[in-house]
Amino acid sequence: MSDENRKKFLYINRKAPYGTIYALESLEVVLIGAAFEQDVSLAFIDDGVYQLMANQETAGVGMKNFSKTYRALGDYEVRKLYVEKESLAERGLTAENLMPIVYEDEDEDYAEKPSLIFVDRSEMAALIQTQDVILSF
Amino acid sequence: MGTLHTINKSPFERNSFATCLAHASAGDVILMIEDGVVGARKGSSFAPALAAKLSSCAIYALGPDLAARGMKPEDVLEGVKLVDYAGFVDLTTEKARVCAWL
Amino acid sequence: MRFGIVVNEGPYTHQASDTAYRFAVAALEKGHEIFRVFFYHDGVNNGTRYTVPPQDDRNLQKLWSELAEKHGLDLVVCIAAAQRRGILDANEAKRQGKDGDNIAPGFRISGLGQLIEAGIQADRLVTFGD
Repeated sequence: MSDENRKKFLYINRKAPYGTIYALESLEVVLIGAAFEQDVSLAFIDDGVYQLMANQETAGVGMKNFSKTYRALGDYEVRKLYVEKESLAERGLTAENLMPIVYEDEDEDYAEKPSLIFVDRSEMAALIQTQDVILSF
Repeated sequence: MGTLHTINKSPFERNSFATCLAHASAGDVILMIEDGVVGARKGSSFAPALAAKLSSCAIYALGPDLAARGMKPEDVLEGVKLVDYAGFVDLTTEKARVCAWL
Repeated sequence: MRFGIVVNEGPYTHQASDTAYRFAVAALEKGHEIFRVFFYHDGVNNGTRYTVPPQDDRNLQKLWSELAEKHGLDLVVCIAAAQRRGILDANEAKRQGKDGDNIAPGFRISGLGQLIEAGIQADRLVTFGD
């Protein structure tokens, strides 16, 4: 698909997983959307950062653990996962609390590169200004 | 062209209001709809934050949602403008994108 | 201008469907085009014809169905979200071995690709949710 037909899609995730279905169904849109070869970014703001927590164990709540899917996003060409630093800090979290998420860069001999991009609030605000389509969850 | 931001939750219920204000850039438009109009009220504890944002963003509230919640135009913070649904549509066309803070 | 509208909540519990409907009517009155209305999450519940609200209340499903008929709107219910929540058309009911369907007139069930396509084709995508 030519660049002029590519739109910039930003998925804004602001809710923790499991308490509501939004995180899971957002991920389902991202996976289906990958086939459309758009320029996709994901933003994790507010409680949305909890979607990326390492060590999610869902057996006790009887729900499917979909956290591994975030780690597979690189295979779907979804490689820009913006995490807001202030949202982490407000919740007593650091980058070390999150899953490592990487993609393989085919231009550099499939070297593994991080998909998580840590940005501050002003950078997140600037990111929003560059988008064509914003889907909020 | 900037962004139209919509807030549909009361600032007393969710942080959508605060998060929206923190992510709206200069020249953007903020529209409060549904329970979001609670945040537009003059004298509320959130009014100072909204007033501060008025220097960089145009701020609107959806009139029918205000009326439904027993508020009159004069109850709204000075500088906040009212629109109807047609005005809501116009705001979406005037901005490059719409960002919903749910 | 060409709009895409996303409705993420069912009728009545949240105002999202009401606001989306009024926005759609206002946009059409202004001569804009609505490329598609996509119902996601609990929004799929707007598309069941089995809702029977009290007579003095608005019937959101009927309002959407009538608007679709009048303006040729494309009302799409997400299939994955619909299956979770028991919204079926005749084909899906047959495929899933269910004894009936409940999709309302003017609505159709299709995939999430329809949402992405709406984002691509529309000049503005406007989301109503919780």
